[in-house]
Amino acid sequence: MSKIILSMDTMVLKEIPLTKERITIGRKPHNDIQIDNLAISGEHAVVVTILNDSFLEDLESTNGTFVNGQAVKKHFLQNGDVIELGKYRLKYVNEAAPQTATPDFEKTMVLRPDMLRKTADQIENKGLGDTQVGLKTAVHAAVPPPTQAGGVPPAAPAATPPQLAAIQILSGANAGKEMDLTKTLTTLGKPGVQVAVIARRPHGYFITHVEGAQFPVVDGITLEANKPHQLKDHDIVELAGIKMEFFFKV
Amino acid sequence: MDLSKALEIATLSDKGMVRSHNEDAVLANAVSGFVVLADGMGGYNAGEVASGMATALLGSELEKSFTEREPFRVEPDGRSWARVVLATEIARANGAIHQAAQSQPQYAGMGTTLVTAVFHNNTVTVAHIGDSRLYRLRGEEFGPITRDHSLLQEQIDSGMITVEQARHSQNKNLVTRALGIDPAVEPEIHDHAVLPGDIYLLCSDGLNDMVEDEEIAMTLQALAANLELCATQLVQMANDNGGRDNVSVILVRVREAFAAPSRGGWWARLLAWFK
Repeated sequence: MSKIILSMDTMVLKEIPLTKERITIGRKPHNDIQIDNLAISGEHAVVVTILNDSFLEDLESTNGTFVNGQAVKKHFLQNGDVIELGKYRLKYVNEAAPQTATPDFEKTMVLRPDMLRKTADQIENKGLGDTQVGLKTAVHAAVPPPTQAGGVPPAAPAATPPQLAAIQILSGANAGKEMDLTKTLTTLGKPGVQVAVIARRPHGYFITHVEGAQFPVVDGITLEANKPHQLKDHDIVELAGIKMEFFFKV
Repeated sequence: MDLSKALEIATLSDKGMVRSHNEDAVLANAVSGFVVLADGMGGYNAGEVASGMATALLGSELEKSFTEREPFRVEPDGRSWARVVLATEIARANGAIHQAAQSQPQYAGMGTTLVTAVFHNNTVTVAHIGDSRLYRLRGEEFGPITRDHSLLQEQIDSGMITVEQARHSQNKNLVTRALGIDPAVEPEIHDHAVLPGDIYLLCSDGLNDMVEDEEIAMTLQALAANLELCATQLVQMANDNGGRDNVSVILVRVREAFAAPSRGGWWARLLAWFK
């Protein structure tokens, strides 16, 4: 369950769970979160929550809505975002954030039309009189039309790559050439004759035979079909008659 | 028509790094030229039951129907036999899974996504339900051919969120259609032209949620010559990135064109006479 923590000058004033589809923020008393301060517009902003995702939208307020220091019109809230309205700060906390999610959370579930309709029904007079509304209509009616997109959320943390390695060609026409192994997969050899691939994985580099009657030789040992072989620093690889050396960069 | 010469197929299904069960199921029939992938859902082991039923039922029924009558034959109503059989058999599998879920308490609420592809006459007929996908690599071009039946896809379509934002959404894994949940289900069925050299990838969301499309495309291009290795590599990439869900892939490489034999030709008639 996500929530918003309202504070001023580091003093927590209130915690508001996002149980409703629409939570309005403003100076006037009919708002769900009322902030009685002249810097706040009568209807200042709204937080729309669809299952586990929440969106913040500025309602043409006089002084604007800021998220993490940036003025926003519409913003897809991420766990830890701080919304600033005048002197007030509203922190968005989504406890189902991916870092802490239980494995069950990843399970695929079916979304029944009535699931959304329930939340949609909590809004009064939103033109949802027809009980036959399908999922699509419920989503459209429940959500304000998109304005401009907010700031792009930070990219998900990627798996830490291993120390960078490279190969240097030791024989043939390209002898002396060096190639950094920056990509997840690097293919070596001549297509149709002999090809091997080096996969960059979190715990190291692995070489596998891809095609051709001949198999690559690593440190004097011929590789087996479809069996990845982990490369060690200064391994010598022989492929399609060419020798090359694998090494980690410092 | 035996398509095992025209199509090279590799399948792989893995439970991933977190789950205790594999609720995905895959099936390939190179001779009849079709593949089926299902990602089951439901408590205890019910997800496996649903996806297993879907692949087993479709596997046997499609083979039977396409042996009796070739999938490219056209019905009086203008639909190809492949479409007719897919619509009928998916409805039947849906009924069977729904029935099992209704009659046995341990299976209550089980269901499964489905993506299936039937190859015939230089065409692929694709039927899907839910968020399991079919991708195509043609030359340099790579992308999904199916469109997920999911909340996220609907949010993207309605302009609420961008594709970039969708990657960080908390509402992944919410499908709006599934096999076995309701007494009736509407599969989405489309035909696409096939070219020699195309590579088709069917996958469960355990792959496309963990691995970026560009990485998948790069892997298909690099390892096209060795489909088994390519499938292993894709599953490994999903697991290296966390493997939070079951990962399943089916790869189909089109080696050569497979046009339907022309019907009225004297040669075809002569051959038929000898059979």
